[in-house]
Amino acid sequence: MSDITKQSLSELVKNIKNKKVSSEEITKEFVNRSEKSKELNAYITEDYSSALDKAKKFDQKPNLDLKLPGIPIAVKDLFCTKDIRTTAGSKILHNFVPTYESTVTQNIWNEGAILLGKLNCDEFAMGSSNETSFFGNAQNPIDKNLVPGGSSGGSASAVAGQLTPITIGTDTGGSIRQPASFTGTVGLKPTYGSCSRYGIVAFASSLDQAGPMAQNVKDCALLQEVISTYDPKDSTSINFKRNAYSKELTNNIKGKKIGIPKEYRVEGMPKEIEDLWQKGINYAKDCGAEIIDISLPHTSYALPTYYIVAPAEASSNLARYDGVKYGFRAKGENLIDMYEKTRSEGFGAEVQRRIMIGTYVLSSGYYDAYYLKAQKVRKLIKNDFDEAYKKVDAILTPSTPSAAFKIGEKKDDPVSMYLNDIFTVPVNLAGLPGISIPAGHDSKGYPLGLQIIGKAFDEQNILNIAYAMEEKIDFKNKITDWWIK
Amino acid sequence: MSKNKSEYLISRKDNQYEVIIGLEVHAQVTSESKLFSTSSTKFGAEPNTQVSLVDAAFPGMLPVINEFCVKQAIKTGIGLNAKINKRSVFDRKNYFYADLPQGYQISQFKDPIVGEGNVILDMPEGQKKVGIERLHLEQDAGKSIHDLDPQNTFVDLNRSGVALMEIVSKPDLRSPEEVSVYIKKLRSIMRYLGTCDGNMQEGSLRADVNVSVRIKGSKDLGTRCEIKNVNSIKFMQMAIEYEANRQVDLIEEGNSIDQETRLFDTKKNETRSMRSKEDAHDYRYFPDPDLLPLEVSDEFINKLKSDIPELPDDKKTRFIDEFKLSPYEANILVSDIDTAKYFEEVVAKMGKNKDIKLAVNWIIGELFAILNSKNLEISKSPISAKNLAILINLIKNGTISGKIAKTVFELMMDGNKDPQKIVEEKGLKQQSDPRALEALIDKIINDNREKAVEYKQGKEKLFGFFVGQAMKASGGKANPQLINEILKKKL
Repeated sequence: MSDITKQSLSELVKNIKNKKVSSEEITKEFVNRSEKSKELNAYITEDYSSALDKAKKFDQKPNLDLKLPGIPIAVKDLFCTKDIRTTAGSKILHNFVPTYESTVTQNIWNEGAILLGKLNCDEFAMGSSNETSFFGNAQNPIDKNLVPGGSSGGSASAVAGQLTPITIGTDTGGSIRQPASFTGTVGLKPTYGSCSRYGIVAFASSLDQAGPMAQNVKDCALLQEVISTYDPKDSTSINFKRNAYSKELTNNIKGKKIGIPKEYRVEGMPKEIEDLWQKGINYAKDCGAEIIDISLPHTSYALPTYYIVAPAEASSNLARYDGVKYGFRAKGENLIDMYEKTRSEGFGAEVQRRIMIGTYVLSSGYYDAYYLKAQKVRKLIKNDFDEAYKKVDAILTPSTPSAAFKIGEKKDDPVSMYLNDIFTVPVNLAGLPGISIPAGHDSKGYPLGLQIIGKAFDEQNILNIAYAMEEKIDFKNKITDWWIK
Repeated sequence: MSKNKSEYLISRKDNQYEVIIGLEVHAQVTSESKLFSTSSTKFGAEPNTQVSLVDAAFPGMLPVINEFCVKQAIKTGIGLNAKINKRSVFDRKNYFYADLPQGYQISQFKDPIVGEGNVILDMPEGQKKVGIERLHLEQDAGKSIHDLDPQNTFVDLNRSGVALMEIVSKPDLRSPEEVSVYIKKLRSIMRYLGTCDGNMQEGSLRADVNVSVRIKGSKDLGTRCEIKNVNSIKFMQMAIEYEANRQVDLIEEGNSIDQETRLFDTKKNETRSMRSKEDAHDYRYFPDPDLLPLEVSDEFINKLKSDIPELPDDKKTRFIDEFKLSPYEANILVSDIDTAKYFEEVVAKMGKNKDIKLAVNWIIGELFAILNSKNLEISKSPISAKNLAILINLIKNGTISGKIAKTVFELMMDGNKDPQKIVEEKGLKQQSDPRALEALIDKIINDNREKAVEYKQGKEKLFGFFVGQAMKASGGKANPQLINEILKKKL
């Protein structure tokens, strides 16, 4: 089977269960393609040979009752993996090998999956283009020198480029949905508290969520079913009744009320995006959904609020990278000198910028004006959604204000980079689930995504809507394998 | 001249200053495991052997609150007659140090678990109520060891993450003596509750001491200095004495006090500036997003309330009422939970016909003396409460005299021997048979005829000589009262 890497997760699982293909064959194919795809720079750490060993071992005694039987999967390098280097895309952790496994990755291995390697990402997940990674930018398989988005850029690139059938990313302000949108793939950010944060290198604790990335909604649902578990090791993990998302998946969304928030028609939004949104509305109607205009009045405050809350938490979360216990350490004259050199050399510019912002907004004398006010606005943003959900079941918006851009294009303009997250950030602030599905192309042929935002814990509903719309949209990703010589 | 004898004032020329003291006591919570991890808290283990991934702040590790520590804090709050806050919040206190792996300490800043309360001090001139401002839970840091190597500092993280209660008093204390009584009382309450072992040598109890001075009678508070991390009552008292005098001298010289953090040098007996207000850390407190606000229900609090044992103040009142003890005696017996337990066991074992006064005297007198001389805690007493009760009963029912009892007591110390057996084996039973004693006395009078005559002629001092002779002849066992009676008759 030469087209193994083109198969969806569901097809691979079906074929392996029917014994049409072995784990070793599948793994070999993905390893081969990954090896031929170095130019995408999707991997930070490869673990191919041990993946092949594990695949062989799986085939010797295959447990076909598992949900991911012998399926090779590469994951974002923000998840701690036992005995496998975990860098968070940073120099400061370039040599860090955890002795423990994150809950989310453990859930995947427990269902029979096999680790292929660790995928590139923006440093500490801070970025929207994967350009802040210490290990260099990942390439978008859509076109040469195109960013794959970020921070889960390597993950999006690997799924779109078929180096892994599915993957997991993390999303703090759009880091799953934006790269999914840029690469023509599907990405789900679950409700805050759905997936355990245990063992995930923290960026902003009150916003971080792990989530699935896949080529289609069904695969996404299956992976969500595997990774979402209640975990007492994470105090913010929530014990709610989780659906069997893939089994309960349906394209029948007749009568579902879908809200269109007027505040998302931001100034200067490209016509292509506006057209895409309208197309999405029409598709939703075709599926039998009812379209309702709604208002989320505090939307315009979401981005500034996010850029206070997230850096504040990050400035504290990243204090542990001090050269004392693990990771990179620079030589210093004394303790303070060692701290300063370690952190100046170990962190990249964007991370340092956010640490500075975060330290500033938490400083005495500024705390009330920035951090406290941001928390109040955050509550208002959440209230907006609560109000809206009295009238609608889900909300439909574009995923991003533009398609993928060229590497280097926005690198020196942090504000324009931050604007990438304008449609995704409110969802994190409100702790809600959101999914991005590919819905069309811009004039250059680059993919564009639509976002469906749900009520808290209502992943099943937005997966169903995405599933129904996916069928109508019938999106085809244009992957030319340009990077394979 | 102060009207109150024990009032602590510092006099200079025409001015008298009073000293205002507030304490921030750091009490280690008695708990098997740490505040946010499952590692052991046992004291004295090899460095870095009680450190989990959470304690060492590995990437992606998350704190999970230890419910037992929460219960301990609430119990302590109840013991301090304090308001228990049903909702409290854990904050991060951010600063960099090598023994602070996370780069922040998880503490409670705006919303502590326990609010205002009070502690009653028994001072010589009467009771004094000291206000408690708050009690909050926080993590301890690790330990930096600077003296093992000339170049390097070593870090031991065994203590990193251990639960502490910070108990903040109002500025109600006025003298080193009050500070001593306050610390002892806090320690006593927490030991009764089992929430802190109060062991200052192991660092389970230490305090930051805030000191300011003002002209006596003034209503305004002076500028205060904080003396950090003092770990014994004696040092606290010395530090306060030094610091208060230093401040008074500055004021008398026309200088002002700088608000600052100071360290107490125990070798030089002086406080030294550590950092000024300008250099104070900006800790950038904010709610820890890894932890949800801590919410406890009324049921949870009430359940803990119902588990609170009788505390020293109540026990004291009961001892006075029930056993007719003096407040002084009651105070001594209740101040330490193990002493109170010992006393109550002695009382119980004495049975129906008991002499409580005698028991108190023996505990406060003989027992304390030997514990002091052997430097033992009462819980390690070489004489059990049961055996002391037997000994006291032997005195009470006339089997032995008080004097013989002291001999028996000495012998009991060796292997906690049963006093009854000692009395039997050594034949120490008091001789109370009048006929035998008469015979004994007849012989003495016979042998000392001249002295008997002198006595009869009026030399009454010689009566003592005959008593002594009789006691000696009986090997000290003769009932002294009977000897007196017989001698009077015969002489």
